[in-house]
Amino acid sequence: MKPYLLATIGASLFAVSLGTQAANVPEVLQSKCASCHALTQPESTSLDRLWERKGPDLYYAGSKFNKDWLVKWLQNPVKIRPAGEFYRKHVKPGTKEDVVDESSLTAHPELITAEAEAAANALMTLTGPADLVEKGAFKNQKVTTAMGAMYFNKLRGCSACHTTAPGKGGLSGPEIATAGERLQPDFIYSYIKDPQKIDKGIWMPKLDISDADLQKLTSYIVQLSAKEDKK
Amino acid sequence: MNSRNSVSSSWLAGIGLAAVFAFIQPVSAGVDDQFKYAEKLYDTYCTQCHGVNRDGNGVNSVFMSVQPRDHSDAKGMGDIPNSQIVDVIKKGGLAANKSVLMPAWGGVFSDDEVNQLAAYLRHVCKCGSDQ
Repeated sequence: MKPYLLATIGASLFAVSLGTQAANVPEVLQSKCASCHALTQPESTSLDRLWERKGPDLYYAGSKFNKDWLVKWLQNPVKIRPAGEFYRKHVKPGTKEDVVDESSLTAHPELITAEAEAAANALMTLTGPADLVEKGAFKNQKVTTAMGAMYFNKLRGCSACHTTAPGKGGLSGPEIATAGERLQPDFIYSYIKDPQKIDKGIWMPKLDISDADLQKLTSYIVQLSAKEDKK
Repeated sequence: MNSRNSVSSSWLAGIGLAAVFAFIQPVSAGVDDQFKYAEKLYDTYCTQCHGVNRDGNGVNSVFMSVQPRDHSDAKGMGDIPNSQIVDVIKKGGLAANKSVLMPAWGGVFSDDEVNQLAAYLRHVCKCGSDQ
C-alpha cells in the first residue's frame, strides 16, 4: 500500500475518533462552553494546563452541580471565585497585602432562559468517571452552626482560602456561602476528601480528614446555603 | 538619513528597548533554571498565602489570624532547619507547633517536589546552610 494512502486512512480514523468524542458532547455546550471549559476529560494534568485553562473543567458537571442552580446562575452569573480562575493570574502586590486585580477578571457570559435550560440539561449528562464522586457518602447529619464554623475556621483552616460571607475568609478559592445551593452534597464531601482526585493539580491540598469530620464540614456547608436562602 | 543609518538606528533602538525590558522584568524572572520548576510550584500553590513577593502578604493573608511566613526574611528563615521546612511543607504547620492555616501539602507534592521547594525557599531568603 502506498504511504500516502496509509496516511490518509490514518487521518480519517483520527477524524472519526475525534468526531465520536465530540458527538458525545451536546451541541449547545460545544457552542456556548467549549472555548473556556473542558467538556471531555483532558489527557494532560500538567501545571501548564492549569495555568492555561480559562475556566473550571465541566466534563463531570453532572456529578457536581445542582441543575436548578445551574439554570439560575447561567442567566445571572454572579462571581463565585473572588480572585478568578485561576487566582495567581489575577492577584498583584498591593500597598501591603496582595490584592485582586479586578480589571483582569472577565465576566461569565449570560444566557437567555431557553439557552440556560438547554445548557443545564446538557451539563447534567456529563457525569465524568464513575468513581469520581462517592455516591451516598454524605449522611446529612445536622451539625450546629457553631460546631461547623469551628471545624471550618479553626480546626481545618478552610477559611484561609474560602469566604463564608463577603469579607469573611480568603479569596483564592470559591466562595462557600452558596456552595450548598450550587453543589451536590456528595460532591462537596468527595472534593474535601480528595480535591486532587477530582481536579488534579488544583491549589487545594488533600488533607487527612476522618469521615466524621468530612460529614461535619459538608453539613456545615450545606446548611450555610440553606441559611442564605432564608435571608 | 540614508537607509544604512536608518537600519543602524533601528538596531540601536531595538537593543535599547531590550535593555529596558530586561530591567522591568519581574524579579522572579531572573531565577536560575535549577529553580524554574520549584518557582512554578510556589507560584501555583504558595503565593495564595505567602504572596507574589514571597513576603507573607498573600491575597488570603488579610483575613488570617496568623501572618503567613515571610520567605524573603533571611533572619527568620535562616533560623529554621531544612528538616523542619520539609516537614512543614509535607505535614503542615501543626507538625512544628505552628498554625493549622498552613496545610499539609504532602498529598499534592512528591518528596522530590517538596525537596525542590525547600531548596527554592533557601534561594528566596538567601539564607541557610546550603547558601
